[in-house]
Amino acid sequence: MSTTIYVPRDSAALAVGADRVAQKIAQEAEKRGQTVTIVRNSSRGLFWLEPLIEIATPAGRVAYGPVTPADVASLFDAGMLEGSAHALGHGLTEEIPYLKNQERLTFARMGITDPVSLDDYENHQGFEGLRKALGMSAVEIVKEVLDSGLRGRGGAAFPAGIKWKTVLNTPANQKYIVCNADEGDSGTFSDRMTMEGDPFMLIEGMTIAGLAVGATQGFIYVRSEYPHAIAALNQAIAIAELAGYLGNNILDSGKAFSLQVRKAAGSYVCGEETALLESIEGRRGIVRAKPPLPAIEGLFGLPTVINNVITLASVPIILAKGAAAYKSYGMGRSLGTLPFQLAGNIKQGGLVEKAFGLTLRELVFEFGGGSRSGRPIKAIQVGGPLGTYIPESQWDLPLDYEAYLAIGGTLGHGGVVVHDDTANMSVLARYAMEFCALESCGKCTPCRIGSTRGVEVIDKITSNTNREQQIVLLRDLCNTMTYGSLCAMGGMTPNPVLSALNHFPEDFGIA
Amino acid sequence: MNAAITTLDPDAQMRLHEILARHEGSATNLLPILHDIQEVMGYVPSDAVPEIARALNLSRAEVHGVITYYHHFRQAPAGKHVIQICRAESCQSMGAEKLLAHAQQQLGCAMHGTTTDGCFTLEAAYCLGLCASSPALTIDEEVHARMTPESFDALVAELRSQA
Repeated sequence: MSTTIYVPRDSAALAVGADRVAQKIAQEAEKRGQTVTIVRNSSRGLFWLEPLIEIATPAGRVAYGPVTPADVASLFDAGMLEGSAHALGHGLTEEIPYLKNQERLTFARMGITDPVSLDDYENHQGFEGLRKALGMSAVEIVKEVLDSGLRGRGGAAFPAGIKWKTVLNTPANQKYIVCNADEGDSGTFSDRMTMEGDPFMLIEGMTIAGLAVGATQGFIYVRSEYPHAIAALNQAIAIAELAGYLGNNILDSGKAFSLQVRKAAGSYVCGEETALLESIEGRRGIVRAKPPLPAIEGLFGLPTVINNVITLASVPIILAKGAAAYKSYGMGRSLGTLPFQLAGNIKQGGLVEKAFGLTLRELVFEFGGGSRSGRPIKAIQVGGPLGTYIPESQWDLPLDYEAYLAIGGTLGHGGVVVHDDTANMSVLARYAMEFCALESCGKCTPCRIGSTRGVEVIDKITSNTNREQQIVLLRDLCNTMTYGSLCAMGGMTPNPVLSALNHFPEDFGIA
Repeated sequence: MNAAITTLDPDAQMRLHEILARHEGSATNLLPILHDIQEVMGYVPSDAVPEIARALNLSRAEVHGVITYYHHFRQAPAGKHVIQICRAESCQSMGAEKLLAHAQQQLGCAMHGTTTDGCFTLEAAYCLGLCASSPALTIDEEVHARMTPESFDALVAELRSQA
């Protein structure tokens, strides 16, 4: 009898040698005359354990990790194929507390299925949302998304249903669905995992969006740093077309929707929606002034829904289970779940999907296990490179859009980057300005010039050149950037800078 | 009119024309065209710019502007392998700056530079989406995480031995 062994194909597993482990398992099994079927599944998102291999046993899947090629022989010796104990063993995967204590809605299939197996997808509730949507009117679909409380998961947290409603109510012969998969925020990888690990879910979500607003064409704009995501999406789109889930007559409904992947070219600001549209149109990714909103004049000047990967990927389950089920998670106006990404100097880094409302302390210590270096944690940056550095005094706030806004922060795309006490916050503040200078599209002055001046001013502060005066100047500059920039790039760069300055003045030489 | 504007060799010209024909002369396909050119030729030669501009009915300035705007496009050939070391916050928290300094020293070239043997070009990246396993880097399209100076040296030695 053949034993099924799962070896993830997610980039984060490949980056620590999953291919070599899979190869070694195949060799070792052949040498021992044992029949095994190796499935290259998506990752569970327990990245500190990657490569995390799983064996299918009658009791459920049993996990071993992190496995190196050198461990494979001893795993076979120990009886891995029967799920026996080993120093790298973690017992039943589903019972690992990190996984068990999550609330996985969007990531329900993650790590379980083969990402490009349509059978796997269909056997795990795949396309249930689309089938339901095909039986509904456009207005009903939009209402379901509106009622679910789903807000843009890219970072801006704008209600998705309102965006969709605007596009639905704007008459045009052609409308578009654009997926913002330019996941440039450092410390985040949930879009990458979704595209690599469950691409049909994104395809399904975008198709539903098309039905909801009357768009027949979609684009997925993926960053060039994600070659594996691009490959998985292209493969999944081809499979979905063949099976009739995409094309001119989706599941014989007479409705049409087609999708294409656009590879980005390494510009961070193209994650800003209007710059992204410019880029798809073949130009430099320069931010457009708003209004007009993309929902009214978007791609090629036509009404466009532009949403982040996780926003669109959350739609199938909302349609399948209903808005009420989705909004039963979360708190206040932050409804549903957010896939948090634990990154940086953290012991147990990975993906944690939870309802809004838990605290940073719970996330970083109960799930993350504290710092990887074992040293005390100094600051945690929440929400990507434009997010605020959170000091310990604020670690007990609920992770909720409004609570973070109230402290001048943002949940952004759910990235959580941990820094231990060796971090110098003035270096990180300088880096934020440097990054803004590097990536500014150049359209507005506060961002283009302000970022370069910001680097210089921080250098003067740290070298104690007119320090007091330069601090006043830095605050003034940040104020100009916050209120005078055209988009979030310049507008939010002051977040990491000022939070570093306010909470860790000693790192700037201020006693 | 076809003459004079390019000094691309006939083989490169043929490949360029194939790419332009495949994208049907639509200006909205400028990025896919540039990606294809870079994939085939390793960079976007300046001699290709007038040809691209003419095929898409754009000015040379517009095409040049796009090529230089995006970090991904190269105007000169890179080394045999391109190493991109992530220096975003998450990797910084796990020693990316040290790794970058080590790489520069080992390779004997600065950032954006190429080793004297033409084997490696060193670049920075700003997030590779491997932030739970920092520090991370890519060599061409291959990803590597939880890097140390030692594992960096091993990777470089392995690729050098294949050269």
